[in-house]
Amino acid sequence: MQFGVFSVSDLTTDPTNGRTPTETERIKAIVAIARKAEEVGLDVFALGEHHNPPFFSSSPTTTLAYIAARTERLQLSTATTLITTNDPVKIAEDYAMLQHLADGRVDLMLGRGNTGPVYPWFGKDIRDGIPLAIENYALLRRLWDEDVVDWSGEHRTPLSGFTATPRPLDGVAPFVWHGSIRSPEIAEQAAYYGDGFFANHIFWPAEHTRRMVEFYRRRYAHYGHGGADQAVVGLGGQVFMRRNSQDAVREFRPYFDNAPVYGHGPSLEDFSRETPLTVGSPQQVIERTLGFRDYVGDYQRQLFLLDHAGLPLKTVLEQLDILGEEVVPVLRKEFAALKPAHVPDAPTHASLVAARTEQEEAA
Amino acid sequence: MATATQAPKLTVVSAGLSVPSSTRLLADRLAVATATALRGHGIEPEVQVVELREHARDLADHLVTGFPNTELRPAIDAVTGADGLIAVTPIFAASYSGLFKTFFDVLEEDALAGKPVLLAATAGTARHSLALDHALRPLFAHLRAVAVPTGVLAAADDWADQGLATRIERAGGELADLVAGRASTAPRDPFADVVPFEALLRRG
Repeated sequence: MQFGVFSVSDLTTDPTNGRTPTETERIKAIVAIARKAEEVGLDVFALGEHHNPPFFSSSPTTTLAYIAARTERLQLSTATTLITTNDPVKIAEDYAMLQHLADGRVDLMLGRGNTGPVYPWFGKDIRDGIPLAIENYALLRRLWDEDVVDWSGEHRTPLSGFTATPRPLDGVAPFVWHGSIRSPEIAEQAAYYGDGFFANHIFWPAEHTRRMVEFYRRRYAHYGHGGADQAVVGLGGQVFMRRNSQDAVREFRPYFDNAPVYGHGPSLEDFSRETPLTVGSPQQVIERTLGFRDYVGDYQRQLFLLDHAGLPLKTVLEQLDILGEEVVPVLRKEFAALKPAHVPDAPTHASLVAARTEQEEAA
Repeated sequence: MATATQAPKLTVVSAGLSVPSSTRLLADRLAVATATALRGHGIEPEVQVVELREHARDLADHLVTGFPNTELRPAIDAVTGADGLIAVTPIFAASYSGLFKTFFDVLEEDALAGKPVLLAATAGTARHSLALDHALRPLFAHLRAVAVPTGVLAAADDWADQGLATRIERAGGELADLVAGRASTAPRDPFADVVPFEALLRRG
């Protein structure tokens, strides 16, 4: 099982001192967080994509390429890459390029983006969100899987005799996850292609995630990619830890109370009860996270959101230390002991190349 | 058609704020009138009352978080799963109250489509009578609910007036007719009605 962190790249004022990081500080902080993730033994770093303030991450492949150069084995991913407003040709090119530079340590998570005004800035309409996600991804697949593409569709100018360069590393496209909070169509899309499905999970009740994942698994089996329990599932998680759980609650509360996503609404206690948010001791985080398996089954990737709501870099790095030293080693052991042998790990470049070689030899 | 084996669900939404409240009093009288009329059709309804006051904070949380919490979920289910709805609000500033509107704001799109609903309100004076028609009716038209022709407004001095009882009885009868003539419906399950991916691809 893979463990990692994901960032939405927000620039948020620290409510405890009124300080807002500059873009430079925050961008450098992201690099520090990714490097720390590798240092403490995590597997994955995933970065969001946004085209509006207060977010900085408009060009995730630039950032990820830089991180790739400063790390050795960290898997680089996104959370999410906008399949609606980006040109699929550019996605095919950018992520293939990143694959080569990062020696294959790349996958990506596609999402639609839910900020209405962003769509028209890129000549699109949010009401076409699902059709855009479906058509653009169908094209993206062909651009990676076929050397020469003739294509025409509704949402982009036609292509004739087009070759996306560079070609995917070793002829194998990056593994794709499809992320969605609440659209069964996207779980259906992931199932159809045999791709991974990532349930954002945080900010929403567990029951909702359970139903989405159950649906994706059922449809994955329906499309003949394997058993429902072999579908590739990722989950988000949101934690804040201190050795003493009361200290964690006291320290995190002002960040929670003022957070852009849920601040000024439910209490920290209510929200922790209603969603997977866990604020407490490392042991509480271990127990809560192991409990995710009870409603989504054996899954392949667990990403935590740590750097948000104005938390200072120093605190985020401390959280990574706790995660890497006290939480993830236990989770690795416990999840591994529970997972049956026929449930696969998350695909990597090496495993995808091996699978293709096996397929070619069998043919 | 509602059958004897499955009692139709009649859900009453009251946005009254005081306890006891005249809005709840009106809601209860409308529920009794509707249930009585349904019995005339040989139907014994299952009546459930949702007091929005008890969910004031849950509704504010929903606005911020985007999902109903554990306390609010059953109230929403009671409304979306109802075969007939009675919606009663106090008139504030010439319209429905903010609490009343917030509840209907957080329902899923199409949750009330085709649902029979009786609209009623309480007000200080009869000068607010048209609030039913200029505020509540357009809201429920937008939600594509089927509002019965008679709306009931109870002003302070109506409580002593036989005319109010007559309007309650007529409105309850109209709602009962719609509920009795309507097939019982379960709310839509987005995970049960799969659109196969090939169909999604063709739509693109």
